[in-house]
Amino acid sequence: MSVLPARKAGDERAIAWLFLLPNFVGFGVFTAGPVLFSLVVSFSNWNLQRTVPFQWIGFGNYVELMHDTQFWLYFINTLYLMLGMPVAIAGSLALAILLSQRLRGIVVYRTLFYLPSITSGVALMILWKALYNPDFGPINAMINAVSEALGLKVKAPEWLLSTANLLGLEVEQVRVSMKQFGLGARDALIIMGIWIAIGGNNMLLYLAALTNVPQELIEAAQLDGAGKWAVFRNVTWPQLAPTTFFIVVMSFIGGLQGGFEQARVMTGGGPAGTTTTLTYYIYTKAFEEFQIGYASAISWILFAIIFVVTLINWKFGAKEVSY
Amino acid sequence: MVEEAQGTVFGRAQTAPVGGRGRRSLVKGVLSHLALTLMALTSLAPFVWMVLASFKPLEEVEQINPLPTVWHPENYARVFEQIPFARYYFNSVFIAAWVTFLQCLTSAMAAYAFARLRWKGRDTIFRLYLATLMIPGVVTMIPNYTLMVWLHLLDSYIGLIVPAAFSAFGTFLLRQFMLTIPPSLDEAAKIDGASHWQIFWDIIMPLSRAGLITLAIFTFMGNYGSFFWPLILIKSDHLRTLPIGMLYFDTNYGRQTNLIMAASVMNIIPLVILFVVSQRFLVRGIQLGAVKG
Repeated sequence: MSVLPARKAGDERAIAWLFLLPNFVGFGVFTAGPVLFSLVVSFSNWNLQRTVPFQWIGFGNYVELMHDTQFWLYFINTLYLMLGMPVAIAGSLALAILLSQRLRGIVVYRTLFYLPSITSGVALMILWKALYNPDFGPINAMINAVSEALGLKVKAPEWLLSTANLLGLEVEQVRVSMKQFGLGARDALIIMGIWIAIGGNNMLLYLAALTNVPQELIEAAQLDGAGKWAVFRNVTWPQLAPTTFFIVVMSFIGGLQGGFEQARVMTGGGPAGTTTTLTYYIYTKAFEEFQIGYASAISWILFAIIFVVTLINWKFGAKEVSY
Repeated sequence: MVEEAQGTVFGRAQTAPVGGRGRRSLVKGVLSHLALTLMALTSLAPFVWMVLASFKPLEEVEQINPLPTVWHPENYARVFEQIPFARYYFNSVFIAAWVTFLQCLTSAMAAYAFARLRWKGRDTIFRLYLATLMIPGVVTMIPNYTLMVWLHLLDSYIGLIVPAAFSAFGTFLLRQFMLTIPPSLDEAAKIDGASHWQIFWDIIMPLSRAGLITLAIFTFMGNYGSFFWPLILIKSDHLRTLPIGMLYFDTNYGRQTNLIMAASVMNIIPLVILFVVSQRFLVRGIQLGAVKG
């Protein structure tokens, strides 16, 4: 490798840019450029199949999007799949609290809890698809065995094959009805998501934050006669606020973009589109229907939603956090 | 240095004064272990089922008895007979290794500029660069795909490797590590007439070893399991990575859950080993990444 010439102190800007060059060139070519390109393309009807002549159509895609029922349904799906988030975060915190005590075998527990998130990906989703199989899967086998033993006549859920859900959302229209109430594909994905996330990065973050809570604060509160819950509520929880804030922001950003692998590997976005999220919708529009212009418009709307949600998080969350 | 810090993060929990006393703390300890064990079993159960299923004949996978009546290790060999699994392995490792090497290099160079050099606008540019982490992957995915079409890089190793070789996250992570190195070292080297490249390569890089290892593990694991990009980029079988190969094995080869589970086990094993070996770096890295977010 060539050796850069030494420069006098204070004249480091040129050197700095040389060191930044590889990264910034890559960023320009594969991130900044594409972002602008996709914005420009979103104002066109560009279709890779060339069946329609290329045309600039202004806000045409965006107007169409507002009237696209599927878009709204898939947006609701995306939000629905994020319902597991608070459960997973609370679970991570509970596990971290248990792990932060003086116990033997902490590293072993930590490793086992972390296993699902380290192996997450296609292999794990294929595994869960087998676990959820309504006829042969071990989950329903267990449900059936337990319900038989107790003499109950519980019908095990159809999991990935069912459009039922815990909110009773209707299929193909934005409405709620009791007929749809139950456990279905979306709930199955939520349960799997909680299983993956609960012992993962968020738990490690909470664990680190918990060990950094000043012991004096806790002892002072105990001297004042505060009970366990009062100590947690008034001392520990406020001290954890920056961590919680970080986790919530990252979960929103991840959740709004989520669901692609699950849909592609486990459900094909079904049944009846109930597990199609915005990211999977963009994928099908771009790479199965080749409507690059329209797909770009959806991706920009998604970008805008993520941006706004993050701003809202900052506006309301930052108040809670005292640095 | 990082190992010490690691020690304090988890060490303090171990040496903290015991909360309750006598019998009460014993009961509490037992209850905690019970809860933790229950959770650990929940984490583990699907993996146990997967491993057991991978040794069963197909018809037994669908029965409730947990253990195979006869163990069938040849299921693993049959995976290699049906699909070019070794090829997928190689592709995944080859691509992930290249991405890891390039990303560590470009990130370290950028981190050096942000952490060790003094120049106007440095922190503003750093914050702007960090903010780009918010850009969703799907926004850049479509244009990058068309870029690869134009460059005739569809279905190629280069197309899989190069777009992933640059990372704002990596830059951020290594910057955090490099900030902890005392500035007097650079000053002394400068007085001795060392060039910036020499300071970077001979002083800062070795001292950032822990950070580099952390980033390398993150990057390798992330790219080993990478799905979206290879899915849209790869058309021919001999370039498929493990996740893509697994996807088609699952959907196109009929119902043979036992073999698919054997493939999943083989897919996951390198990750588990890598994690167990390197977890102190990984844990530290995850925690450091969020501290100054």
